[in-house]
Amino acid sequence: MSAWADWFDLHRLLLGPLGLSQADWWAMFLRFLSLSLLSVGGAITTAGEMQRFVVGQRGWLSDAEFTASIALAQAAPGPNVLFVAVIGWNIGGAAGVLATMAGTLLPSSLLTLHATRFVRLNRNSRGLRAFNAGMTPLTLGLLAATSWVLVQPAVDAAPLTSAILVAATVLFMLRTQRSPLWAVAVGALAGALGWLG
Amino acid sequence: MTRPPIPTHSPSDGLHIPASPGEMFRVFSGLALQGFGGVLPVTQRVLVERRRWLSQQDFVEMLALAQVLPGPNVVNLSLMIGDRFFGWRGALASITGMLAAPMVVVLLLAALAGLWREQPMVAGALHGMGVVAAGLIASTAIKLGATLRQTPLGLPLALAIALVAGVTIGVLRWPLIGVVLVLGSIACALAWWRVAP
Repeated sequence: MSAWADWFDLHRLLLGPLGLSQADWWAMFLRFLSLSLLSVGGAITTAGEMQRFVVGQRGWLSDAEFTASIALAQAAPGPNVLFVAVIGWNIGGAAGVLATMAGTLLPSSLLTLHATRFVRLNRNSRGLRAFNAGMTPLTLGLLAATSWVLVQPAVDAAPLTSAILVAATVLFMLRTQRSPLWAVAVGALAGALGWLG
Repeated sequence: MTRPPIPTHSPSDGLHIPASPGEMFRVFSGLALQGFGGVLPVTQRVLVERRRWLSQQDFVEMLALAQVLPGPNVVNLSLMIGDRFFGWRGALASITGMLAAPMVVVLLLAALAGLWREQPMVAGALHGMGVVAAGLIASTAIKLGATLRQTPLGLPLALAIALVAGVTIGVLRWPLIGVVLVLGSIACALAWWRVAP
C-alpha cells in the first residue's frame, strides 16, 4: 500500500521522485529547448538525443523507462509528442512536464507561426520548394535512426524475437487499417511473458 | 510580423469558418482524444470532411509545410489552422485543444504504470511496448518514404541522403545538430539546383 501513498504524495506529484536541484531544472529545460528547432519530422526524431541526455549523461531514467515512456504515449490517444510529457513526468512530476513540453514546443511553434504567415504570402517560390525537397529524405533517415535506437536494448537481450516483433509491427501497420493499439498490446503481452529477455 | 488576411470563404465553395477560438479548442480536443496511434487521419477527417473548415488542397499544402518545419507535425498543423482563422488566439486554442485533454489521459496512465514498474511482468510488458514503438516508427518512415517517388532530387539521391542521415545518427550516434546542418545544407543546395526556377 506504500505505492498508493506515493501516488498521493503532493510533493512527488509536483516535483517528481528525484529531488532535482535548480541547476538540474534549468539544464533539462534548456536541453529540450535546444533540441526543439532540430526536431524536423517531429519531436520523436530527437528522441535519441533526449535519451543520450536523460539516460546516458544524467542517469535520471533507465533505458527501459525511457523507451517505455515512448511506448506509453504511442498507446494513448493524442499526438505522439506527448511522450516528451511522460519523460518529463517520470523525471520531475508536473514541473518536469512543464520544463520538457515548454522547451520542446516554444521555439518550434514560434518558428511555425512566422513560417506559415510567410508561406501564405510567398507560396511557390523556388527556395521553399528546394527546402521541402531537400529536408524530406533527411527526415526519413532520422525516423529510421530513432527506430534503431529504440530497439537496441531488446536486440542485445533477444535479437530474434525482437526482429520478428518489429517486422510484424511494420507489416501490421502497412497492411491493415487497425489501431496500433493492437500491436502495442501484443508487444506488452510478449514482454510480460518474458519472450524478450 | 505581417499577418495575411483571414480567408473569407464564399458560400459557393461549401466551406465554413469556425465560430470562435473556443469552438476550435473544443473540436481539436475531441479529435485528439480519438487519435490512437496518430492523430493526423482523424484531423483530416474532422476538419476537412465533416466541419469543412479547409479544402483538401488547403490541408495538403499546410501539412507539407508542417512536416518540413521542426516540431511535432500535428502540433504545427494545428497552430497553422488556428492562426489562419483567428491569428495567435486561434493558434493557442488549437494547440491547447490538441494537447491538454490527451496529456491528462497519458499522465494518468504513466502514474499508474509507475506504481507497478518494479513487478517483473510490468517491466517486461513495458520492454515489449518499446520494441513495438520501434516498429511503429519504422512503419511511419516507410509510409512517408512513398512521397520520395516525386522528389525533384531523384529517388537514388534521396535514398542516399536518408541512409547517410540514418547511419550517422542511429548507428554512429553523431550529434544531430551537425548532421542536420551539414547534410541538410547539402540536400537543400542539391534540391535548389534540381527544382525549376
